[in-house]
Amino acid sequence: MASKAFRKPLPLQALLIFFLVVWVVMAAFPFLWTVWGSFKVEGDFFSKADWANAIFGTRTRAETGDLFTGQGYYGAWVQEEFWRAALNTLIVCAATVMISLTFGTLGAYALSRSTYRYAFWFLIIALIFRAMPPITLVSGYLPVFFDWNLWGHLPTAIIVLVAINQPFTLWMLHSFFNNIPKDLDESAMVDGCTRFQAFRHVIVPVMWPGVITTALFSFLLAYNDFAITALVLSKENQTMVPKIASFLGTTQTKGNVMFAVAAVVSVTAPLFVMIMFFQRQIVSGLTAGAVKG
Amino acid sequence: MKHKSFFWFVLPSSIAMLLFIFFPILSVLLQSVFTEHEQVIKEVRNCGPFGCQTTTSIDQEATAALREAEPLGRFVGLGVYFDRGHLALSEVAQLWRESAGLGAFFDRLLNLPFYKAIAFTLTYTFVVTPLTIVLGFVIAVAVNSAARAIRGPLIFVSLLPFIITPLVGSLVLFWMLDARGIIGSAMQVLADDPDLSVKASTPLMWTMLMVYGVWHSAPFAFIVYYAGLQTVNQDTLEAAMVDGASRWERIRYVVIPHLLPITTFIALIQLMDNFRVFEPIVSFSAQAHATSLSWAIYNDLSGETRQLSSAAATSFLTIIGVAILLSPVIVRTYRDFTRK
Repeated sequence: MASKAFRKPLPLQALLIFFLVVWVVMAAFPFLWTVWGSFKVEGDFFSKADWANAIFGTRTRAETGDLFTGQGYYGAWVQEEFWRAALNTLIVCAATVMISLTFGTLGAYALSRSTYRYAFWFLIIALIFRAMPPITLVSGYLPVFFDWNLWGHLPTAIIVLVAINQPFTLWMLHSFFNNIPKDLDESAMVDGCTRFQAFRHVIVPVMWPGVITTALFSFLLAYNDFAITALVLSKENQTMVPKIASFLGTTQTKGNVMFAVAAVVSVTAPLFVMIMFFQRQIVSGLTAGAVKG
Repeated sequence: MKHKSFFWFVLPSSIAMLLFIFFPILSVLLQSVFTEHEQVIKEVRNCGPFGCQTTTSIDQEATAALREAEPLGRFVGLGVYFDRGHLALSEVAQLWRESAGLGAFFDRLLNLPFYKAIAFTLTYTFVVTPLTIVLGFVIAVAVNSAARAIRGPLIFVSLLPFIITPLVGSLVLFWMLDARGIIGSAMQVLADDPDLSVKASTPLMWTMLMVYGVWHSAPFAFIVYYAGLQTVNQDTLEAAMVDGASRWERIRYVVIPHLLPITTFIALIQLMDNFRVFEPIVSFSAQAHATSLSWAIYNDLSGETRQLSSAAATSFLTIIGVAILLSPVIVRTYRDFTRK
């Protein structure tokens, strides 16, 4: 840092700082704006008269007598039963993360320890699967799900999300397991462990940093998914994201777009907390594939 | 690792992928060459006091029986691929004969649903990807030059647009772009046009969808570049300086070669992800102005009547598109692996 080689001329430094300020505003302002606006009435959030109404809440004060109103949240969570969707999301995400990590750690461990050529082809096929947009598979699922009466239930969505998660999970955990020295489990096997015992007693205790990072990304994939959950789940079993999309269709005409705004803020909040606690893991996960080449 | 233990370890994962990724691809392929049976028409002769009449009606029972007997429908080969909703061969040929010039031809070509979708998907992919890389790189350089104490908060803020659910992130942006929202009204004032609206203008809608795309994925490029900048060899940089290299020369000959493989990685991931652009079109209700391949599949599947074979044909064409985009990645991974 102190080295002269890295000191920048003043105009360049000023330009970078200016740019940084612009970017921070671009990245954060939409969220602050929406959170603030979600406590207002629609007349303020979408103000025909004066955009500043959204900040000062002129109509909100006129209509409710207060500067902030929880109407949007009440409407979404109680009236439109968004809590049901939140519960479904919780179930789907928890199950998806747990199952895909169980499958993923077993598979990725084997892939990282096998020296045969088929392990490589296995990974290549997983890469191809990873590249395919998940929505292209849905028309393959639907007729079978309809015939066997599987359509619409949470477990169906969970197992589909687990499968779609697998290629990514395998790749990510594979690179983590590659960083755990082979000597560890091989010496355990020399001492008489079977392959599975070596995995269970030697590898499992040291794999958690990698697993937690992968878990975060599996969670994001399940939490952020719209294509699968919208097409595979029935209306009663909807998760949060498709539920928001359905708000757009029905409530916009009723003039209750504020329900959607409140729901959007509710969906964002957990992600916000997640970044706050796991920032380091997210960053290391994003760079795991790239920096190694 | 022994073959046997390898088999047992990868079994759960393989079964999941086989059942829910591989078989569905086959099922998609199969469905795309079949289409639903037409309804069976029967003729009924009604004879009354004033003579006989022949009326046609739908034979519900026979239709149901036929659909039951052959649930896949009737075989049409590549018919679905060539119909108006997909490659539209006959329509394209007709346009080609009738259109005066090349411009007019493309104008009318983009009215066909499949070409409209593919035009936007490709434009989006090849505009958003380079812009993402440039913006991500500049943010990385800027954050890297900021004081160490504020880098953590800067990274936190920068991650927000990327981690956010795409449907939700695009909604947040769309509400601000609304003619009654803050950016929408600002644009009206700047353009001095009170009727300006993103919802009403195709070029504006395309631009805003791409702005969303860059906003959403720039943080990914940023994080990866930022990590790359941490690993630039400081000794090489100082050595270059001792040898009299200017600031630009140091960037050109030390930093950029170091970041080049990272750039290919970002570009390939971004090409894959941008090609499946879907959620912003739903959020922006942009279907009148812009559609994408993923959106076309969703549209076929989500209506009251699910058009399975049409969706399957679009899906398969999309998979072919991905395969073309992906071929460089596979070649690269293969080379990496054989080098080891």
